[in-house]
Amino acid sequence: MQITIDEAKCCGAGQCVLVAPEVFDQRDEDGIVVLLDATPDAGQHAAVREAATICPAAAIQVRE
Amino acid sequence: MTTTAPLPPLPARPPSGCPFDPPEGLARLRLEEPLSKVALDNGGWAWLATRYADVRAILGDTRFSSDTSAPGYPVSGMTGGSPRPGATRGFIRMDPPEHTRLRRMVTRDFMVKRVEALRPTLQRLTDELCDAMERVDRSEHPVDLVQALALPLPSLAISLLLGVPYEDHDTFQRLTGTLLSRDLTEDQREPARVELLAYINQLVNAKKAAPGDDIISRLVTEQYARGELTHEDLVAFAVLLLVAGHETTANMIGLSALSLMLDQETAGRLREDPSLVRGAVEELLRFHSIIRNGPRRAALADVEVGGQLIRRGEGVIVAVPSANRDEDTFPDADRLDIGRPNAQHHVAFGYGIHQCLGQALARAELQVVITTLLRRFPGMRPAVPVEEIPFRTDMVVYGCHALPVTW
Repeated sequence: MQITIDEAKCCGAGQCVLVAPEVFDQRDEDGIVVLLDATPDAGQHAAVREAATICPAAAIQVRE
Repeated sequence: MTTTAPLPPLPARPPSGCPFDPPEGLARLRLEEPLSKVALDNGGWAWLATRYADVRAILGDTRFSSDTSAPGYPVSGMTGGSPRPGATRGFIRMDPPEHTRLRRMVTRDFMVKRVEALRPTLQRLTDELCDAMERVDRSEHPVDLVQALALPLPSLAISLLLGVPYEDHDTFQRLTGTLLSRDLTEDQREPARVELLAYINQLVNAKKAAPGDDIISRLVTEQYARGELTHEDLVAFAVLLLVAGHETTANMIGLSALSLMLDQETAGRLREDPSLVRGAVEELLRFHSIIRNGPRRAALADVEVGGQLIRRGEGVIVAVPSANRDEDTFPDADRLDIGRPNAQHHVAFGYGIHQCLGQALARAELQVVITTLLRRFPGMRPAVPVEEIPFRTDMVVYGCHALPVTW
């Protein structure tokens, strides 16, 4: 799994952080998404897919 | 389509005797006419989207504008911003790039880790309000859970974040109550809007004179000082955050508490295993879908949604309660199921770039309140028959006007 994020699209809703806190965080200065792990372990894949699905700004792209 | 029959208004009332059902008529529209036309108060009309997929498509597409001055925007009964040209609007009523610029100035204050750091404070505030409820002599009259807990908690929390004196909360509650009433005309709402703006104006001036450790002060000392915000922008920020932070969570607290009182099996499961509360809150948000008047958009281009062409300059109203009961996304959608695997897919906070900025805070408040109420008041129940509870069918944000309880 390869994750890319689009900071320009991110609206800082934080849903990804709730769903996959080991993969996503929010920047201290402005709350925009921070990708902690672009190629997470298989154990994280379901959570990452869920984060991409519920991201309101479609800022998370997942390639598998 | 016939042009002689008058268009129906936006469905607003749940069926009689079913206060937790979405407004009557939405389920039929979702099945038979997922993009229908509804009449507006001003004599115009707008599209009404009732299917989950269409609602996400509309709210996720910036060709649908949030700018209340855009041609075709379905004004009337909206919250937080005046439809009048030139009036101060919050960023919720703006499009990118201005929306993005302004929202990012306050995003960090509501991000997940900030809210988590606030959780002990939310717990303390909740405990104090519960302590006060326990001290009430219930032999005289029942406790109104709305006044005792549901309204004060979010009110205290947002007042703390914004640096607003809590003593003023009666003022905002009265003013936001007027602004969010569906039964009043824009002209009748105008005095409340003027009074709220005057109050906030004074508050912003006080922060300029003596900044504290709060969001408004930071906007003053950083963005305003650097020339990135005008005084009017500061006022619009404060109005938006204050109004948004007051009634929404309060009504979710009231409805959530009531539905758990009436569903003892679910309440028992949650009491036994408090770790279920996270999923329970998502499901309660989906199930109750308290936003009943929008979100609303204006099409900036011709866009096809669910096979229906929406033309540039036409307005769209999104029916959140209907989308969240769409069987195609949520099987057995009319059932409250706190173990529902995709409950978090709900659009109770909206969808797209305008999705609720305060959602992490709302979730934390709901999680804390529900867990605390179940633990401390296991015998809490309505003090009147459910038919006598005054539900907010007259308001933009659904809930209970009052919720008399005993235990």
